[in-house]
Amino acid sequence: MSGDPIYTEMIIEYSRNPSNYGKIDDAHIHRHDSNPLCGDSIDLYLNIDGNKISDVKFDGKGCAICMACSSVLTEMIKGKTLDEVKKFEKDELLSELGLEHLIKTSPVRIKCALLSLKTLKYGIYSYFVDKMKDSESAGNLNEEAANLY
Amino acid sequence: MQSTSETFGDLRKDFPVLNRRVRDDKKLVYFDNAATTQKPNQVIDAITDYYQNHNSNIHRAVHALAEESTEAFEQTRDKVAKFLNIEDSREIVFVRGTTEAINLIAYAWGRDNVKEGDIIVTTEYEHHSNIVPWQLLTQEKKAQLKYIDIDDNGELMIEQLDDYLSTGKVKLVTFSHMSNVLGTISPVKEIISKCKNAGVLTLIDGAQSVPHMKINLNELGCDFYAFSAHKMLGPTGVGVLWARKEILEKMSPFLGGGDMIREVHKYETTWNDLPYKFEAGTPNIADVIGFAKAIEYLEKIGMDNIRKHELELTRYALEKMKQIPGITLYGTKEPEKRGGVVSFNFNDVHPHDVGTIIDKDGVAIRSGHHCAQVLMEKLNVAATNRASFYIYNTKEEIDVLISSLENVAKVFKL
Repeated sequence: MSGDPIYTEMIIEYSRNPSNYGKIDDAHIHRHDSNPLCGDSIDLYLNIDGNKISDVKFDGKGCAICMACSSVLTEMIKGKTLDEVKKFEKDELLSELGLEHLIKTSPVRIKCALLSLKTLKYGIYSYFVDKMKDSESAGNLNEEAANLY
Repeated sequence: MQSTSETFGDLRKDFPVLNRRVRDDKKLVYFDNAATTQKPNQVIDAITDYYQNHNSNIHRAVHALAEESTEAFEQTRDKVAKFLNIEDSREIVFVRGTTEAINLIAYAWGRDNVKEGDIIVTTEYEHHSNIVPWQLLTQEKKAQLKYIDIDDNGELMIEQLDDYLSTGKVKLVTFSHMSNVLGTISPVKEIISKCKNAGVLTLIDGAQSVPHMKINLNELGCDFYAFSAHKMLGPTGVGVLWARKEILEKMSPFLGGGDMIREVHKYETTWNDLPYKFEAGTPNIADVIGFAKAIEYLEKIGMDNIRKHELELTRYALEKMKQIPGITLYGTKEPEKRGGVVSFNFNDVHPHDVGTIIDKDGVAIRSGHHCAQVLMEKLNVAATNRASFYIYNTKEEIDVLISSLENVAKVFKL
């Protein structure tokens, strides 16, 4: 099974030891989401300082792909501004783990890969709309999240 | 119709899809039979023949095609009745599947018979289709939904039923004949006899039992029974609801429309006779006719032989899997108490990863919550892997599964 296109060393390692795994009490943004068909289920927690993501954690249950992508996503967005994160594309996340091929090869497993990003986009949208009363800044995030996969 | 070989090994030739190669030119090992089974040529040909030579709507027109179609459709009803040892085929209602059958009962029987404070009893190992319709009904009626829990062996804690029945408020006990996840066969006779003594009706979800064992509804004594054609070699989109005539006659209709009426006036309608009262609209004629061939196929092999074959495969699989370090098996350890379903987890590898890795070897199993999230909560797992067997499966295929699981261990460095 060498050269497996999905189960690379990196993915297995992240699934064993996920980064930023845990909870943030009273997080500024807390969003839960799941994939109803496969049962992957995560909670994403973000703290915002000024316009920056000062802390991010996630927890939940999921397959190796879901755990690895959630880990990498949290690593990639920590310290970034909300504007930067708003523009975050799925390709950026997938290429970090060499999973771009999933878009074409596995319509089922792509959902595992992108659950965390979808949760992030919904979370930031709600933050702008509900907490900041700023639907302009929220932009199309809600729609983007809904159409991610 | 082609002749069906008596031996299990030979009948694989009747199933074209079993010759398929998948992924990297691997032989298909199809172990997802609890989700749906493959279809033999006899069923596929019957459907093609119907569309090529007989296609017509039924029960109305007097032309030749309509008569042929009606006859073939109604012959299937008779065949189903005989298959289940039911004397009156008017008690057989064709629906889309088990889910629709249960919803029909919840809607048409439940709305007239369940009141505020009443209790519906189900079990922890039900499929969502035998939970959600009852949640909808009990919420609407302010009634209560209660569960018979399962023990550590994956069997129903039947003494809880006595407690529920003693309240005098139970209107219906609804449970699956065989769990689609654990394979546990419910103590059907015991449950029915307790309910009968208490004057309570019983509904059995037979989606996982009718395909795999001899069912005699005349002897069983339940009040409603539901199952699906596609899990027993038949086409998708066909299911059967059986209920006692006395109950069906008193029940309000489910869907209103064509075929279910006797006379329609501007503001009132009288209902057609059984079973048509519950079969509004043009039914799935072609697939019902195809279903007849599936029953013929199973009868030719013999349901007792099928049960024996699956028991042998299950025993073999359980034995082999026990030897793999890191395997957790769910359900009763006694093969006789279960059907041909083996649910397992492999170390802490998520079932979707197991499923994806062994799929590369051509092995098709189901990974997920199997539409049984209440049970997953009870087992305290997000999901399980499930291999489920049918008549065309072999021990050699189980060996492929076992060696494929070794690949999972390699990938995850276990």
